[in-house]
Amino acid sequence: MNRHFGLRRLGILGGALILLTACGSSSAASTSAASAKSAADMGGMDALIAAAKKEGTLNVIALPPDWANYGVTITAFQTKYGIHVNSAAPNDSSQQEVDAIGTLAGTTRAPDVVDVGMAVALKNVDRFAPYQVATWNDIAASSKEPTGLWVQDYSGAMAVGYDSSKVPAITSIQDLLGSAFQSKVALPGNALGSNQAVNSIMEVSLNNGGSLDDISKGVDFFKQLKSKGNWVNVIGTTATVKEGTTPVLFEWDYNSQVHVKDVSTWKLFLPANPVVAAYAQAINKGAPHPAAARLWEEYLYSNAGQNEFLRGGAHPIRMAAMTAAGSVDAAAAAKLPPVKGTPVFMSDDQAAAANAYLKDNWSKAMG
Amino acid sequence: MTRARRLRLRVFRVIVLVLAGAFFLVPIGAMLEFSTRGNHVGAPRTLEAWTTIVTYPDLLGAIRDSLGLAAITSVAMVVLLLPTMIWVRLRLPRLKRTIEFLCLLPLTIPAIVLVVGLSPVYRWMAINLVDTIFLLSFAYVILVLPFAYRALDAGLSAIDVKTLSEAARSLGAGWGTVMFRVIAPNMSSALLNACLLSVALVLGEFTFANLLSYLNLQVEIFQLGQANAGTSIAVAVASLLFAFILLVILSFVGRARVAPERAGLPFPGLAGGGQR
Amino acid sequence: MIAAGNPDVKTARRPREGGRRFPLHWIGAFPFLVYVGLFLLLPTVIVVVGAFAGKDGPTLSNITELNQEFVLNAFVSSLLVSTASAVVGAVAGALLAYAVATGNPRGVLRRVVSSACGVLAQFGGVTLAFAFIATIGSVGFVTLWLQDRGLNIYAHGVWLTELPGLVLVYTYFQIPLMVLVFLPALDGIRPQWREATESLGGGTWHYWRYVAGPLLAPAFLGATLLLFANAFSAYATAAALISQGNPIVPIAISNFLTSETGRANPGLAQALALGMVLIVAVVMTLYALLQRRTSRWLR
Repeated sequence: MNRHFGLRRLGILGGALILLTACGSSSAASTSAASAKSAADMGGMDALIAAAKKEGTLNVIALPPDWANYGVTITAFQTKYGIHVNSAAPNDSSQQEVDAIGTLAGTTRAPDVVDVGMAVALKNVDRFAPYQVATWNDIAASSKEPTGLWVQDYSGAMAVGYDSSKVPAITSIQDLLGSAFQSKVALPGNALGSNQAVNSIMEVSLNNGGSLDDISKGVDFFKQLKSKGNWVNVIGTTATVKEGTTPVLFEWDYNSQVHVKDVSTWKLFLPANPVVAAYAQAINKGAPHPAAARLWEEYLYSNAGQNEFLRGGAHPIRMAAMTAAGSVDAAAAAKLPPVKGTPVFMSDDQAAAANAYLKDNWSKAMG
Repeated sequence: MTRARRLRLRVFRVIVLVLAGAFFLVPIGAMLEFSTRGNHVGAPRTLEAWTTIVTYPDLLGAIRDSLGLAAITSVAMVVLLLPTMIWVRLRLPRLKRTIEFLCLLPLTIPAIVLVVGLSPVYRWMAINLVDTIFLLSFAYVILVLPFAYRALDAGLSAIDVKTLSEAARSLGAGWGTVMFRVIAPNMSSALLNACLLSVALVLGEFTFANLLSYLNLQVEIFQLGQANAGTSIAVAVASLLFAFILLVILSFVGRARVAPERAGLPFPGLAGGGQR
Repeated sequence: MIAAGNPDVKTARRPREGGRRFPLHWIGAFPFLVYVGLFLLLPTVIVVVGAFAGKDGPTLSNITELNQEFVLNAFVSSLLVSTASAVVGAVAGALLAYAVATGNPRGVLRRVVSSACGVLAQFGGVTLAFAFIATIGSVGFVTLWLQDRGLNIYAHGVWLTELPGLVLVYTYFQIPLMVLVFLPALDGIRPQWREATESLGGGTWHYWRYVAGPLLAPAFLGATLLLFANAFSAYATAAALISQGNPIVPIAISNFLTSETGRANPGLAQALALGMVLIVAVVMTLYALLQRRTSRWLR
């Protein structure tokens, strides 16, 4: 009896050991992807593609299909590599993206990659893994973190979109305080976490006596807007524009121009010297699908991916290099919305300061 | 009753019922109207919003997951609640007040508060057990407790549990047989009532799924509504009609066996509370 | 009995005579108690404890953070919306319940209305918000219909996404809930009371003022309190209707729940949650007291 018992125990132990080593070896394979800093680390692009295909899935977050043509990009990626893309929470803000990394950590639903505004990227570098894409050298040093913890992918200018059949033509930001704009003006995100919203407020600030270091004039303007009854407390999306709930909406120019297909009378107002800003890609350090995440970045920064951004109306980060090499989509480039004057952008410190100010004061001003 | 009074009463009833009918049917009609609108002013009516429902894989997945959650929650609720209630009735009558209080508690604690407290529990479960949307069933059983308890209690009051169980036990039945083969069939309408209420609640639940980052039917309707209002409203109307038909079926099936409602202020009736 | 003498048949166990009974029976209730303890009581404790927890131990800082203007405004708004929708829902619901109660108790109308109320009381959140946007939103069906007849209901601003709109939308599930809760109370009215009043020379006014009114008052008040608690706890509807800001407490809680950087923090969310629990607990205690009172007469 004893001997049988001992043998059985040994058998179970052996089985467990085999199982553990099997698990160990498979995780060893994926840790090599998780620690790869470039395609070369993985043994070349083909090895990366093979590893990504083996993972089979990619989790992305906060990528609305009509945002800089992300819908087309995602479909193209899926078709090219046969990797299924789970696109979660399309209307989440940059802050909510990094929050999701935290709350879903350890699960298979955690986002593999995020596309966030600069302020959020800078504040959360400890969540990201460094990676340098194949086209690394085409990107200016000021547009990337030296080891590749975050890399900018596209940029655009802040515009005010409006339905010209519902409101008069806008010639300046101050027009929005007029009586014709009762219950019409909205922001495209939550000021406490959306990069788009923060830049909207900064643009207003610049046109209301503020500066890149001072976003308070923007907050004051919105407070005035609310007291006049011109403010709509609904986050503007494609659907609200179509319904008519938000006939005046601050948005990146590449987002705003998409609404023309839903509302034929939709027009854009671009103030002189507009605020521009870029978004940055980053890979989740604890990504459940590390190889697929890296392949996604490779795709976005390839000519195909960058041209998709261009076709969506955004300014791809490799524009200069691609134009020089002749690989840019010339027709799409010609259709980019024109920019009046000299665009300005918040430096990293200014972005951080603006966010800090809003976190302390926005709720107090707007409720 | 005098004729004048009867006439006054009739006029009153007609007015109230017509106004109520209008108030409640107009928004539903408006949803149907909105979901069949064309693309711009003056465009003809179209069923495009409805036909594109099948082109959204996330939506189909969410419908499937929500139906699965509804089924699991109903079964779990019956397995948890029915034996406990029968046991309490037979052996632990002093515990009845406690059970009743515990079942009333989910109405007192708002869902949003429960989510705040449950998110660490859920994170632990997602990492250490399986990470699947069906984990939500654990929370849904709690949300369903007040209504299920009420329905099952009404059913148990209508039959003589003590005699039935003693008779079955004296003939040699084990407790499992007593509960599921003797008592349960005698309160089938109450069981059906409780299950359908659970289904209605789970299909309409938004708070938990949204704040725990799961994609159930209502969350998907909400997210879809930010991109394509027409289709999401079409799905919303469909789910509402589905729940309504379920409950209408309930009211016509098993009418005879349900005990007459006790007058006085009962638990919050058949449904209500929680998922608004 | 046959069973008693037959050794092959197991009879039910008799309770042990004398002495302390070993509480084996309690084990039967364990699964339920453990489950409820884990998924209902534990989260509540987490919230209550978390409201007082800081980075370095127990602290009152979360509670004092509640003393900010936008937080107090959120509480006031929540209370206003809940009271308004509870009162409107209670009155309208009582009238509708009376219209149904005076009909055939087995009739089709009663059954259809009961089922409809069962669904509509549950019908909340996203679907309801969308329904009202489709009805009286900026391009809603009714809005456009009224505009065609020269009446612009939004001449002074879009109120659908403000507190008045919220009250209107809430009544959509408050009225059915009232019907469900109040109908059994109305069923308890005896026709003999009406006859007795009339035989003593009283009319309709006397009947309602001195007989039925006082008897139904506790049930009515209790139902109103229930409606209040219901509206106060509601989250999904407002979340789908109003996406910016912290108009009411549940939305404020969700806004502060997930953000881990900056001033917004889970501690504040838990303090807000604690406040909600206290208010709702008070209301539900009053409700329970009224329930006991009402069961005396309306059996």
